[in-house]
Amino acid sequence: MFGRILAVTLKELRQLSRDRLSFGMIVGIPLMQMLLFGYAINFDVRGIRTAVVDEADTSYSRALVAELGATGVVRFLAPSASVDELRRRLNAGEISVGVYIPADFERRRLQTDRASVQLLVDGSEPLIDTVARGLAAVPLPQRPGAVAPRTSPFEIRTEYNPERRTAVQIVPALIGVILNMTMVIFTAAAIVRERERGNLELLITTPIRSGELMAGKLLPYVLIGLIQTTLVLVVGAWIFDVPVNGGLLHLYAAAGLFIAATLTLGLLISTVTKTQFQAFQLAFFTMLPSILLSGFMFPFDGMPKPAQWIAQVLPLTHFVEMIRGIVLRGAPITDLGTQAAKLAVFLTVALVIATLRFRKRLD
Amino acid sequence: MDAETPGTGEAPAIEARGLTRNFGKLVAVDHVDLTIPRARIYGFLGPNGSGKSTTIRMLCGLLEPSAGTVRVLGHEMPRDAERMRAKLGYMTQRFSLWDDLTVHENLNFMARIFGLAGATRDARIAELAAEFDLEPLLPQRAGTLSGGQRQRLALAAATLHRPELLLLDEPTSAVDPRSRRDFWESLFVLVGRGTTILVSTHYMDEAERCHRLAILDRGRLVAEGVPKQLMAGIPAIVVEIEAEEVASAREALQEDAAVKSIAQLGTRLHALLDPQTVDAAARVRGRLEATGVDAQVAIVHASLEDVFVAATGFRRDARAPAAVEA
Repeated sequence: MFGRILAVTLKELRQLSRDRLSFGMIVGIPLMQMLLFGYAINFDVRGIRTAVVDEADTSYSRALVAELGATGVVRFLAPSASVDELRRRLNAGEISVGVYIPADFERRRLQTDRASVQLLVDGSEPLIDTVARGLAAVPLPQRPGAVAPRTSPFEIRTEYNPERRTAVQIVPALIGVILNMTMVIFTAAAIVRERERGNLELLITTPIRSGELMAGKLLPYVLIGLIQTTLVLVVGAWIFDVPVNGGLLHLYAAAGLFIAATLTLGLLISTVTKTQFQAFQLAFFTMLPSILLSGFMFPFDGMPKPAQWIAQVLPLTHFVEMIRGIVLRGAPITDLGTQAAKLAVFLTVALVIATLRFRKRLD
Repeated sequence: MDAETPGTGEAPAIEARGLTRNFGKLVAVDHVDLTIPRARIYGFLGPNGSGKSTTIRMLCGLLEPSAGTVRVLGHEMPRDAERMRAKLGYMTQRFSLWDDLTVHENLNFMARIFGLAGATRDARIAELAAEFDLEPLLPQRAGTLSGGQRQRLALAAATLHRPELLLLDEPTSAVDPRSRRDFWESLFVLVGRGTTILVSTHYMDEAERCHRLAILDRGRLVAEGVPKQLMAGIPAIVVEIEAEEVASAREALQEDAAVKSIAQLGTRLHALLDPQTVDAAARVRGRLEATGVDAQVAIVHASLEDVFVAATGFRRDARAPAAVEA
């Protein structure tokens, strides 16, 4: 039995090593995605193009502009002469934020019931509005020695990611996205390809059992999945300074469970498709909801109920929770039993369906 | 070459009764009865779509029959398919080994799948490589082999585990005549060792080499027997006409009610006449003279192609399978 599983595994690895493109994808997909998500998708916005109309032109107003500039969030272009010009530049897309300091800034500053400065924000771009709200929290400059009034009653502390870097949130979950993408496609394609090329017709007339064939075909991809996990962690630590706070053993245990779940999903897809093209289509069909609904990019709690139900069925949702828990919060896998159990349920159900569907027949 | 008495006193290798397979509304195989003796080459002759592949796939358990029973090597199919597999070698119509593996890797993989252990495996691969002239090709990828070389590799892979029964689905459809001849030599060697071979073909010359033959047409078994007896027992008189103006001769004979079918073979025509026809040659000669066609006319022995045409009911569209392909 193990002889046959080993024979299939060795054959798969040998074929994979000769298929340079697929082999490259094993390393290429994680690297490309890491750099793409790590650099391009960045929720810490910096250098927003901004212009000022300072009608007050007092030492305070100039100090306020300097404070805003010091945050690094805004980058000041040439000041405007009037609010109308500010609006025109905003409309033309030249700037995203306009700061209007009215002539009576000094008087307004002492009144608590009126705003002293107006921010004009381009609401058509994502995130700018959120950033502007952040800017509004910048305290007004104080005279030396004067008691600073509390500008906000809240103090925000961001746990596990004190610098609030997006990479820290993205990279661990990216392990899940990358595994989800490669594992499902690779396994579905590996089985459907043999069906397409006629190899399967020959294989199923031999004494090999379905279970042996499946196990032999999936094993190499477990190995590849663990390699990809390691790659993402190493590159994440090296380029994006993403720490691994939890135990590596816990991390690999969670990754192993998730790899098994995604492989089974690939297996399931392979049993319902006849061509590689169909397999790719179906794999992508499951991919997009996985990425959008898993909480990888958008907070899970903000989603409407039906979306949350769908997300519960997708293995990525549970893995994203687990991997963030282990990597960032340093939680042991035992604290993540609920998520692990949900993954195990998915794995079992999908495996049963796939096994029932895959028979050693052509009809 | 007497196929009436099988090589051993055992039960037949394959016994099928009322074997039927439907694909939706299409009846691909229609109540076929087969008795295939052991240690013989048994041929399936028929054009594409006649149900040869479907029948073979039912015999090896790849497809479930819609109706009927099959026993293969004493095993009830498809129920006992798994137990029969170790005794079965199967060559698919398409080359279905792995193009991106070398000849040796392909053989080694299949040997492992058939459960051959270490030393036995290496010895068996070496033995087959020598027998099928594959030795210089062992390190070569299967994808780079010629049609004939692939053929030999596929047959070697199918016989690694010394199967009792070999099912070959149109094994020579992509092979040159020389390789086909060599391939058939190998089959006779295997039969000599006691292997039962079931081979489907659409080549008349190959069909003629089989010990027994089943002619399939549109899913039905239309004739069965030893090729020589099939040719001798053809329910028609075969008249050969050799003429310069073949087309005119053909036209002249088509009018005659006794002429059931006419097939052209180069400059000759084979006309199949009703067996009741009195003095068939004279009748044909008279016909041709009446229309002014100059021709040599003689009654000849039936070829397998004539048998095929007769077996398919002398249909106008029933061309011989080889003619369909060539």
